[in-house]
Amino acid sequence: MIEQVENPIIEVHDLTVSYDKKPVLWDIDLTLPKGKLIGIIGPNGAGKSTLIKSMLDLVPQSSGFVKMFDQDIKDIRNQISYVPQRESVDWDFPASVLDIVLMGRYGKLGFFKRPRKADKEVAIDSLRKVGMENYLHRQISQLSGGQQQRVFLARSLAQQADLYFMDEPFAGVDAATEKAIIQLLKEMSSDNKTVVVVHHDLQSVTQYFDWVILLNTRLIASGPTNKAFTHELLEETYGGKLTLLTEVADLLKQNELPNREKKVNK
Amino acid sequence: MNAFWIILTGSLVAISCGLLGCYLVLRKMTMIGDAISHSVLPGIVLAFLISGSRDSIPMLIGAGLLGVLSTFLIEFFHRKGKLQTDASIGVTFTWLFAIGVILVSSYTGQVDIDQDCVLYGEIAYVPLDLWITENGINLGPRSVYISGTVLLIIITFIWLGYKELLITTFDPALSVALGISTTIWHYLLMGAVSITTVASFESVGAILVVALLVTPASTAYLLTNNFRKMLYISAFVGVLLSFGGYYLAVWLNGSIAGAMATTGGIIFGLAFIYSKNKQRILQTNPTTASDQINRSI
Amino acid sequence: METILDFFSFNNVNVIYVTIGSMLLTSSAAIVGTFTFLKRKALVGDAVSHSILPGICLAFMLSGDKNPLYLIIGAFITGWLSLIIIDLITSKSKIKEDSAIALILSVFFGIGILLLTIIQKSGNAEQTGLDHFLFGNAAALVGSDLVTFTIVALILLIVVYLFFKELTLLAFDEDFAKTIGMPIRLIELILTTLTVMAVVIGIQAVGIVLMAAMLITPVAAARFWTDKIKVLILLAAIFGAFSGLSGAFVSYAAPAMPTGPWIVVVISTIAFISFFFAPKKGIISRAIKQRNVVQQINDENILKSLYQLGEQDQEYYTNRTIEDIIQRRPFNTSVLKKGLKRLKKQGYMESKSGTWQFTKEGKNKGQRTVKLHRLWETYLTKYLRIAPDHVHDDADTIEHFLTPELESRLEQLLEYPELDPHDSKIPYQKNKIKNNSTQV
Repeated sequence: MIEQVENPIIEVHDLTVSYDKKPVLWDIDLTLPKGKLIGIIGPNGAGKSTLIKSMLDLVPQSSGFVKMFDQDIKDIRNQISYVPQRESVDWDFPASVLDIVLMGRYGKLGFFKRPRKADKEVAIDSLRKVGMENYLHRQISQLSGGQQQRVFLARSLAQQADLYFMDEPFAGVDAATEKAIIQLLKEMSSDNKTVVVVHHDLQSVTQYFDWVILLNTRLIASGPTNKAFTHELLEETYGGKLTLLTEVADLLKQNELPNREKKVNK
Repeated sequence: MNAFWIILTGSLVAISCGLLGCYLVLRKMTMIGDAISHSVLPGIVLAFLISGSRDSIPMLIGAGLLGVLSTFLIEFFHRKGKLQTDASIGVTFTWLFAIGVILVSSYTGQVDIDQDCVLYGEIAYVPLDLWITENGINLGPRSVYISGTVLLIIITFIWLGYKELLITTFDPALSVALGISTTIWHYLLMGAVSITTVASFESVGAILVVALLVTPASTAYLLTNNFRKMLYISAFVGVLLSFGGYYLAVWLNGSIAGAMATTGGIIFGLAFIYSKNKQRILQTNPTTASDQINRSI
Repeated sequence: METILDFFSFNNVNVIYVTIGSMLLTSSAAIVGTFTFLKRKALVGDAVSHSILPGICLAFMLSGDKNPLYLIIGAFITGWLSLIIIDLITSKSKIKEDSAIALILSVFFGIGILLLTIIQKSGNAEQTGLDHFLFGNAAALVGSDLVTFTIVALILLIVVYLFFKELTLLAFDEDFAKTIGMPIRLIELILTTLTVMAVVIGIQAVGIVLMAAMLITPVAAARFWTDKIKVLILLAAIFGAFSGLSGAFVSYAAPAMPTGPWIVVVISTIAFISFFFAPKKGIISRAIKQRNVVQQINDENILKSLYQLGEQDQEYYTNRTIEDIIQRRPFNTSVLKKGLKRLKKQGYMESKSGTWQFTKEGKNKGQRTVKLHRLWETYLTKYLRIAPDHVHDDADTIEHFLTPELESRLEQLLEYPELDPHDSKIPYQKNKIKNNSTQV
């Protein structure tokens, strides 16, 4: 069940991604529609984060290409926002909530330029949207997990992008935060923004997403939630890896061709 | 007057190191700083042998390049040779430093550097090497000008690249996504550290530069949660340990550089105890920040 | 040359002592270093070695003489203390391990330098030679000092021997060691103690400043030659001993020279040779291997193209020109020519006046590559749901890597399909099908 769309906002073509020569994503081929809330679902180690990182060119692609808005990612970074996993940064870092959210404006500012008053206003407005406007000068080390995630989200909003990528925004947050975040994401998509979310919890998929991508080192499904999020396809996604594929991946990592031809000669 | 010049030079050097040290501490790269400070030694000796002097600009740059080269080598052995990072650092800097020491002991006659200088610098002799113009006007010690220039370079660098350095330190993934190159800023920072260690070499020697890079920055890290303040505190601690170091050395009749590192250790120790106590008070006090946060959710 | 001969004739008893002594010291450091290396804590050794300077100075100040026993005790205490403080700082504050290590090593060393300069200015005649601990002086390894250092080195080796199993497990998989009820804290304590001991005795030959190299570099070099821990330790010890020997030689040939830097340069040279030239893991051998893989892929592609040409014409053993082949698949002409020559040498190809033809083996090999290509395409469309027009590139790589074992599993999994997704026939070799089916 892989549904392709007309005039896609994202086009992933034959994308293979390898770590240390070992493929972790095989030949991903998909197109995604505009203005939808899209969930990437799959078991641990399925390559969900890798998929969005490679779309954003944060990890090198072994083959294939990705286009967004029909352009190369390098030319449209301004229109794209990325929220990394919360654990990927050091929350002991000496910075305030406002400092972090202002980072979202850095891409729009040039070299040498400092954030201006207008940038600050955007940042404060973004914080208001996630309900954190009273925490402007709070040190980030004093935030709870849910609050950290809200700050990350505010930073992403401050980028004023059209396309958002979020890596596990619901991981380790309290129920109230999760509710607030999903509310916000839904508002964004009704504003015709596209949001791609790496997601863990199967229970909430049908409530949250318009479109799902099922992934387990290979693409299993991509389509509207009601068509792609079926029992059968989920079973395939979580039914383990294809052993043959895994072995071929290991083989590529070793990158040692056994000397077959000599055997044939003898 | 001697005391003034020594403390001034020490402070200038310590402020440069303290500012850069903040980035190294937050990037968890202090051992790379250690490696750089050791690796510049052969560059300094070679530049000395070639140019015959110690305070020329070419030497600052030449030796500084060797520092950057050492970080390339560490990367190279790690990436291409698949050697684990800690070992890659250890192998690279001990090798370059060993070469430097051999050069120093082989050319003792021709090079105005000896093993003692390598170990703990010659800040005590700073007032002896004066810059006197052709008209005979005494402009003060040369080292003050060198370390002053380096400090200006470092401050300009941090001022211009403030937001890039900040974001590549805090969240490299986001900065790449925004189109800010982490590699470029990494090597710019390494270059700055290299130049600073070369300039500091004369004052405090190759090994104790690390103390200036790490101690003020770690102290500041303990004392504040605000990055800008961390830079200020780190610079201030640098000045403090150069004062303290000087008078401690005079009192005990020992090496000034050694005493500066010792003072740094004491200041850090005090900050450590202070921050522990502050935590304890916060924990026992019911109206703490974290409680407020919990309530407001 | 004469000095070398003189040195190795060992006419002087002292030379023998110095040589044996420094070899023993450097190799025991290398052995202990193996475990800290495998634990990925190599730089902790750097902290320990710098931290023993204040201990040595304090011991001297208190005792007033250079008895190695006192110095060892003093060194041991501050070396140990440094590790405890690093542990304290990292566990009790937000400061990370690297900063804690750098901080402690530089502050302790600074205190040591302060004390050392105080001693030097105090005018105590006994103090001359204390600074030999900084850069090492193997020549001093004589008489009772040697006896003391040797005893410590022997104790160290015995402890490593006795706790070999535990140390290995700790270095390799700490969590597993915990789950099987091993007293982790105790073993860690032993390793820490061993590290401090190795550093304390090693500084006589290598010196404080460069001692870290003796813990890290020998095992880093050895790691490129083997994956077996016992061989690893043995190799590291041999490399360490060899560099120790060179140190002894330097102290004999140029008594004024500090020995440590020379020992380090020798061990570093061994390490660089290993990094680049070690078979299998060396940088150059890996590059060669990769080049060979590229060549092999190229050659298989040539055979494949010839086979496909044969398929087109239903005639496999005709003479083909270079242009024919390039028309089938866009090769770089010079690369193609080189590949053809290689194939001829290997017996897959024959050439006649500028045209080329398969041998039987060549055809089989081309056929196998084509078969694997089409099998993999079939696999991708069937199991990975990839559209038939998107599978070609992937198959173009995989066809060169599948082992005969995977090949037969692939055939069975797909149940020997006749056609690939593009409706091309999958060319099995008749006899091979039988072979494979009897195999499994």
